[in-house]
Amino acid sequence: MSQDNSNLTVQDKVVASLTRRRRQEKLFRTLGLGSVMVSLALVAILFINIFSKGIPAFWQTSMTVEVYFDPDVIRISEKPEQQPNETFEDFDERLLEWETQLGFVNFNRILSDSITPLLSDFERSQTRYVTQLVTSGERHALRDMVMEDPSIVGETRSLTLLTSADVDVWLKGNIDRSLPDEQLQLTSVVREWADELHANGHIQNRFSTALFMNPDSRSSLASAGLAGAFVGSFYMLLIVIFLAIPMGVAAAIYLEEFAPKNKLTDIIEVNINNLAAVPSIIFGLLGAAVFINWFKLPMSAPVVGGLVLSLMTLPTVIIATRATLRAIPPSIRAAALGLGASKTQTVFHHVLPLAIPGILTGSILGVAQALGETAPLLLIGMKSFVASIPQSPMDQATALPVQIYLWQGNELRNFFEARTSAAIIVLLMLMISLNSLAIWLRRKLEVRW
Amino acid sequence: MQNSQSAPDIASQQTAIRARNVEVFYGDTQAIKGIDLDVRNNEVLSFIGPSGCGKSTFLRCLNRMNDTIDSCRVTGSIELDGQDIYHSSVDEVLLRAKVGMVFQKPNPFPKSIYDNIAYGPKLHGLVERKPELDEIVESSLRRAGLWEEVKDRLTEPGTGLSGGQQQRLCIARTIAVSPEVILMDEPCSALDPIATGIIEELIHDLKEKFTIVIVTHNMQQAARVSDRTAFFHLGEVVEVSETDDLFTNPKHKRTEDYITGRYG
Repeated sequence: MSQDNSNLTVQDKVVASLTRRRRQEKLFRTLGLGSVMVSLALVAILFINIFSKGIPAFWQTSMTVEVYFDPDVIRISEKPEQQPNETFEDFDERLLEWETQLGFVNFNRILSDSITPLLSDFERSQTRYVTQLVTSGERHALRDMVMEDPSIVGETRSLTLLTSADVDVWLKGNIDRSLPDEQLQLTSVVREWADELHANGHIQNRFSTALFMNPDSRSSLASAGLAGAFVGSFYMLLIVIFLAIPMGVAAAIYLEEFAPKNKLTDIIEVNINNLAAVPSIIFGLLGAAVFINWFKLPMSAPVVGGLVLSLMTLPTVIIATRATLRAIPPSIRAAALGLGASKTQTVFHHVLPLAIPGILTGSILGVAQALGETAPLLLIGMKSFVASIPQSPMDQATALPVQIYLWQGNELRNFFEARTSAAIIVLLMLMISLNSLAIWLRRKLEVRW
Repeated sequence: MQNSQSAPDIASQQTAIRARNVEVFYGDTQAIKGIDLDVRNNEVLSFIGPSGCGKSTFLRCLNRMNDTIDSCRVTGSIELDGQDIYHSSVDEVLLRAKVGMVFQKPNPFPKSIYDNIAYGPKLHGLVERKPELDEIVESSLRRAGLWEEVKDRLTEPGTGLSGGQQQRLCIARTIAVSPEVILMDEPCSALDPIATGIIEELIHDLKEKFTIVIVTHNMQQAARVSDRTAFFHLGEVVEVSETDDLFTNPKHKRTEDYITGRYG
């Protein structure tokens, strides 16, 4: 290139500047591509980590045993039936007596008597270790079977019993087998039995229905499941869907289509935008102060959680709906108004049908966000341990993200690390299906014209 | 003002709209500065004038479309068939059924051609049964000169038509509710010359049944379609007279300057 600028033709200058522009473009494209790659890599690391840890937890070791309901161990009288001349109170008294009798039965004995024939190397003195193979909740399951149907006493049933969490950890290799004895939860004899039963097929790795059907448990760790948290989250989701979405959409329609544009509506708009940026834990404080202290709603209940999450989702729904409404061309409104449609008719006949896909997408994303929210729930008591599936939104419950938090902190790390990841996978799947629903609805409703 | 002097057959033509001392403000800005104007029954009256002179604003006063703008304020009186349309007892919904409007850009609803036409009659309860509605749809489309082109695809979206067809669809939609007056706000500005020619012919035909007020920035168009023409400038009506008179023999200097091309 010549030093003397005056000798350059316009063409030359353009060519020179073109090289520079191309270089800038290339640099920018490389930067963009680079950041996409980095974020993709991070997401991949997250997913690989969670899935590699969590997927194995969907399977759990369990033992198939021929359980003999030995009448010599289960020494109970006949289950009382209500007599025609008997009051309910009297009958209830007799039933209670019978159930107490049943409660004293040593079901551990039934279990160990049924398991010992499977063991090749067993001495009488080791009896107390046998039941360590099975998670403690199973003896209650046996009791419940008898309570349900006392006629099984004296019969043999083939049952699949969950092994204890320690056995599961041992057999899945989630613990270093070379550790010294005192650092292992299981005694050496139980470890040998477990290996033997696993080798001859009495203990197998089966799909874990416990994970989905059971509530959380701390006494029988292997049977801890997500059902309680799932139902709690489901109630809250319903409350958010039926509270935040209608209210948010109505508020947005009013503000966007009907409200006069003045100082007051400006202030409202600014406040709604600010509300969307308020840290979610503040909403938890508000929920504790207003709904629990003032309205005297129960602690730890999905109804309060749902209300708090609704408050949190409301600004998101309002903002998404307003953005959608604003994107509807004003010419459609003018056309309807010019024909003599009233303001309300214009909105409901023309604007809203066009806005529905956008509103739905915004709302579902808001709901998905609420589903994953943890912080506000901690403050209204939803992090307490609840060992039952809530029957109504007023019952105590926890939520999926809180369950993840609780399991993450459990003492039996080797077992609950996988369980936690499994719970994360369930939550992620729920989120992904909600988001896909949003995309599907958007496509389906937009295709019309 | 000027308008009453230049019409020899005033007695035979009743006044449809009578505007007196109309002023329009957008916030603190005055857009219309005291306009007196009469629109006669079954005439085509066109508004011409440079951009920003208030012709569209005034047009939108005639069916109170300006009400939809928050900062807009209208004073003075506009009477339709002797009744002040800005009186509190007047329902703007009813008014807009009587004074229809066609917009600058074709704005069919994103619905079928049939539903575009049927919306107005259904809205105002003009029909009770489907055959009646079918009849209104057909007659409106026929009158807008669109029937032959779309009769086989009434269920297809109105937005799929060409620009000129869309604008005729909008005209058909407006006449489906049988208004007295049709306001047209630069109806051809987004159309090609052929589509424009078709719309102009249509305006000529529609004159028989409707009173038409049309805003245009195309002076030839005003000359072609209108019976009378009003020249707007800086929020005032400078001159209104028979179209031929206005273009051949303008009374005001400003009108003359404009039609001879000395304004932007």
